[in-house]
Amino acid sequence: MIQVLAFYLFACLAVLSGALVVLSRNPVHSVLWLILAFFNAAGLMVLAGAEFIAMLLVIVYVGAVAVLFLFVVMMLNIDFAELRAGFIKNAPLGALVAVVLLVELLVVVILGQAGPVTLGTPDGSAAPLLGEGNTENIGALLYTRYIFLFELAGIVLLVSLIGAVVLTHRESRAIRAHQNIARQNARRPEDATELKQPESGKGVSL
Amino acid sequence: MTAFFQSLGMTYEWAWFLATFAGILLIALPLMLGVAMIIYADRKIWAAMALRRGPNVVGPFGLLQSFADGLKVFLQETIIPSASNKGLFLIAPIITFTVTLMAWAVIPFNSGAILADINVGLLYILAISSLGVYGTVIAGWASNSKYPFFSAMRASAQMISYEVSIGFILVCVVLWADSFNLKAIVEAQEGHVFGLLNGFVFNPLLFPMWVMFLISSMAETQRAPFDLTEAESELVAGYQTEYSSMAFALYWLGEYGNVLLMCALNAVLFWGGYLPPLNVDLIPWFDVPGIVWLLLKILFFFFIFSWVKATVPRYRYDQLMRLGWKVFLPLSLFFVFAVSFYLMLTRYGA
Repeated sequence: MIQVLAFYLFACLAVLSGALVVLSRNPVHSVLWLILAFFNAAGLMVLAGAEFIAMLLVIVYVGAVAVLFLFVVMMLNIDFAELRAGFIKNAPLGALVAVVLLVELLVVVILGQAGPVTLGTPDGSAAPLLGEGNTENIGALLYTRYIFLFELAGIVLLVSLIGAVVLTHRESRAIRAHQNIARQNARRPEDATELKQPESGKGVSL
Repeated sequence: MTAFFQSLGMTYEWAWFLATFAGILLIALPLMLGVAMIIYADRKIWAAMALRRGPNVVGPFGLLQSFADGLKVFLQETIIPSASNKGLFLIAPIITFTVTLMAWAVIPFNSGAILADINVGLLYILAISSLGVYGTVIAGWASNSKYPFFSAMRASAQMISYEVSIGFILVCVVLWADSFNLKAIVEAQEGHVFGLLNGFVFNPLLFPMWVMFLISSMAETQRAPFDLTEAESELVAGYQTEYSSMAFALYWLGEYGNVLLMCALNAVLFWGGYLPPLNVDLIPWFDVPGIVWLLLKILFFFFIFSWVKATVPRYRYDQLMRLGWKVFLPLSLFFVFAVSFYLMLTRYGA
C-alpha cells in the first residue's frame, strides 16, 4: 500500500516536473524542475530495488551535472523572448527525438520481455534493500564479464577529460599570477617587519 | 519498533508507518535541541579561547541563550527583497534545513537504533550532502544581489571540490569495511588493532585518511577556517545577506546540523561509532549504552571544530582550492591504491 502510494507520488512528480522543464519561462526554474525530475526518478529506482543506481543518479546528476547546468544558466544572460521565438521552429525536431526515444523504450520493453517490476517492501522481502544487494552484483558483473567494456568506457572518459583540459587551457604570458606557496608559508614576521623605536623628532629612514 | 506497534494490534503497514514516524521524531527533535545547545557550546568555547565570558545572561550560565535567540528571530519580520525571486528565495533555506535532517536517517545510534538500515547508507549520505549546495546556490541567485551571488559561486566550487576527495576517502573506508552499510562499517571496526582497539583511525593506512576527512569535513560544512562563503570582510554575510527572521534561522540551524552530522560521520567511519574505544572488558564499559559513546565522540569532534574555529585564521580562496585539488585529491587517490593493494595482498590473496 505504502509502496503503491510512493510509486504514484514519485511517478506523477517526475512526469509533472519533466513537463515543467520544457514549459517554465525562466531557464533557472527549468534546471530546478530538471533536478526534481532526477530526484523522483531516483525514488522510483529505490522502489524497484535498484538502490545503487538510484544513489549514483543523485550523486552524479543532481550533485555534479545539474550544479554545472545551474551555473551556466545563472551566469549567462539569456534573453527569454529570443529563446521562446525558436520554439515553434525546433518543435518538430524535439517531437522527433521524443518519438524515437519512445519507440526505443517500447522495443526494449517488448523484445526484452520485461515483466512487471516488484516494488520494494518496508521489510525488504521483495526488493533486496538489505542483505545481498545489487551493489555487489553490479560490481561483480562490471569487473568480470564486462571488464573490457568497462575499461573502454574509462578510456573514453579519460580522453574526453584530457580533451577538455586541452581545449580550455590557455598559456597566458601577460599575467604572471603564480603563487609560490612554499615561499609564502616560509615567510615569518621577522622577515617582513622591523621594530624600531626612534627618538622623538628624529624619525626613521626606510 | 514496528514489532511493538504490531503488538498493539495494528496491521504491519500501519505499525511500520507509525514506527517510522516515531523514529523521525525521535531523531529530529533531540537533534534540534542538540543544535540549540551546541550553538551555545560553540560560543562558550570560542569565548573561553578569546578570554571572554560568552553568553552568560539568559538562564543559568547563559544556557537559554539559543532559545532566546530563537524566539527573537521567530518574532522578527520576514523581509523579502522586492527584486528577489520570491518563491526560490523562500525555498532555499528550507532546502538547506531539510537536507541536513534527511542525512541523519542512516546514522546508526546503536546496534539496533537506525531509522533506515539501508545497504547503500554511505552513498545515501554522499547523495544527500551533495544536495546541500542547492540551498546556497539558489539563495545566492534568488537574492538578486552581488554579494550573495559571489558567495553562492564560492560555496558551490568549494563543496564540489571537497566532495571529490571525501569520496576517495570514503572509498578507502568502504574497501576496508567491505560494505556501504554504516552499521556494517561500525562493526568492521570492532577489535581493529589486534582485537584491542575499536576504530579505523588506529590503522596506520587509514589514520592519514581520517586527518584529511576531518579537514575536508570542515571545508564541506563551510566552518572556519574555510568559511569563505560568509567571509564578512569580503562578502558582508555571504549568501545569507538578504535573509532575515526564520529564513535566516533555518540557515543557522542547518549549518550547525551539518556540523553535527560531519562530527557523527567522523565518529562512525573512523572512531568506531557506538563502540567503546577499547575492546577490552577491564572496565565495565560494555554496559554503557552505545549511544552514549557515539554522543561523547560527536561532542569531542565538535570541540575540535570549535577549537579550530577559535584559533586558525581564515584561508585565502586560492589556498582553499589548492588544498582541495592539488593536495587532498592526489593524496586520497594514492591511498585508495595503497589500501586496495594492501587488502589484495592480505585479505583476498595475491
